[in-house]
Amino acid sequence: MAQDVETQASVAIEDVLQRKEATWWQGLLSSQPFWVTVAVLAIAVTMGFVNSNFLSTGNFFNITRNFSFIAVMAVGMTTVIITGGIDLSVGSILGMVAMVSAVTISNGFPMEVAVAAGILTSLAVGFVNGVLIAYVRLNPFIVTLGMLSIARSLTLVLTGATPVTLRRVGEEADRFRNLLAGDPFGVAMPVWVLIALTAIVAFLLRYSAWGRYVYAIGGNEQAARLNGVPVDQVKVSVYMLSGLTAGFSGLLVLAWAGSALSNFGQTWELRVIASTVIGGANLMGGVGSAYGGVIGAALIEVIRNSLLLAGVNTFWQGTFVGLFILFAVLLERVRSRG
Amino acid sequence: MPLLELRKISKNFGAIRALDEVDLHIEPGQVLGLMGDNGAGKSTMVKIMAGNFPPTSGSIVLNDQEVHFHRPVEARQKGVEVVYQDLALCDNLTAAANVFLGRELKRRFGPLRILDYSAMFARAGKLFGELKSETRPRDLVRQMSGGQRQAVAIARARLTDSRIVLMDEPTAAISVRQVAEVLDLIRRLRDQNIAVLLISHRMPDVFAVADRVMVMRRGRTVADKNIVDSSPEEVTGLITGAIEAA
Repeated sequence: MAQDVETQASVAIEDVLQRKEATWWQGLLSSQPFWVTVAVLAIAVTMGFVNSNFLSTGNFFNITRNFSFIAVMAVGMTTVIITGGIDLSVGSILGMVAMVSAVTISNGFPMEVAVAAGILTSLAVGFVNGVLIAYVRLNPFIVTLGMLSIARSLTLVLTGATPVTLRRVGEEADRFRNLLAGDPFGVAMPVWVLIALTAIVAFLLRYSAWGRYVYAIGGNEQAARLNGVPVDQVKVSVYMLSGLTAGFSGLLVLAWAGSALSNFGQTWELRVIASTVIGGANLMGGVGSAYGGVIGAALIEVIRNSLLLAGVNTFWQGTFVGLFILFAVLLERVRSRG
Repeated sequence: MPLLELRKISKNFGAIRALDEVDLHIEPGQVLGLMGDNGAGKSTMVKIMAGNFPPTSGSIVLNDQEVHFHRPVEARQKGVEVVYQDLALCDNLTAAANVFLGRELKRRFGPLRILDYSAMFARAGKLFGELKSETRPRDLVRQMSGGQRQAVAIARARLTDSRIVLMDEPTAAISVRQVAEVLDLIRRLRDQNIAVLLISHRMPDVFAVADRVMVMRRGRTVADKNIVDSSPEEVTGLITGAIEAA
């Protein structure tokens, strides 16, 4: 009997000893963004040896700018996905914002007005999404699917599908393009926007009560509500943020392309969602990080670019990207079991 | 003087009368076991006390003052804490984050006020210490045992100067060893002069920790007596209706 008690006690002590506090490097090794970063670096180094063009300044500039358009949206999308929602309307918001701003500026308004019009449009669409999801309690997938259709259609209605150019329409349009398509200190403007946005959102997710609530809602919405978390307001805010980041991308794409086409951003929502998933966000909610979405977008772009430079038929790109998405989800499954 | 008193509380859901003029009172440092079969009205009682919905008629008196709760947060502000049956925890957050959910501690950071991680970890650690639980503030709730999860939910209820803790079936879905842990937690709350209302189906648990037992059947109180004056057999009879009232 006494022996029994002793055995039990020693087992209990071993239990305790085995459960060491997780150190920072254990956290790092079990984090998906870390491994995706390793993958991006590994591909970059390998390609650097194989093809000297890959690490050339020109190509680097290309890659970083191309992926920024997607990555900026992935930052906003990540916050939505952490709450357990989804935003399928970002591609259409991008197209709408680009068109609204292009129309504003080509009608002779100052650049600031055009930017403000674009930003307000994106926030308004995000607000409508958020209210329908949080207060009317409609399913996020359905609401944003509807918005995908509505925003794209309104973009077409706005100009009757004619492109709106910013070339040779005046000083304000040039100022707009010089600012948003410029490259201060040798880095493309979209990259600067991306860096600032990622830093701010990462900070908010970690150090603000809002960020804590975003994770709490994704973890257990009912529990968050019972504990006095303003669930509905936070939900509206993430859809507005997602809309806003799509708006940023819309302005940047417009400046880069020099004209607005009504199909801008079409199907980009899928690339954005793929980026966040590769970067470790869980579509069930509760897990994800701003940096994860960015590095996920980087991985997709690096793969695309590498295949291109390696002379692989571009039709194969989708297969590779798709395999990485599946691999990322499998990796997450393995980690959550371990 | 009772800490919390419910007087002639009735609650109708449409044509259904879930509670029919129920009285309930609880003193500081007392554990009251509330028992009854499914549908007897226990959960409705708890939800009224916790502020999930108001009673159809009757009054709630807390510390000699009549109160009206419209939302759970209001009940909490008055010192009524609830440990929900499913514990209302976020698995993806740490123990400390769950304890402070909805009332995070903050510190100044330039012009901003940001989450004060170290203060929250320290305070949560202290609460777990007081509850003599080995739960660690930095661990994710997902990785915890049932008993540790209970400790997190109870530590949350101890965060402010709560005076009464309502516990809805805290031992329903956990192992025998963890049940003992939870019963110990309840005794510690009582020792700190906190009133505990324990809603339970499990006879042994109620007889192990409760000072008083109240039995409900079909929305009415059928017994309210000191635990020493009752027996599991009598309570079983009262719950099923074999004994009309006591």
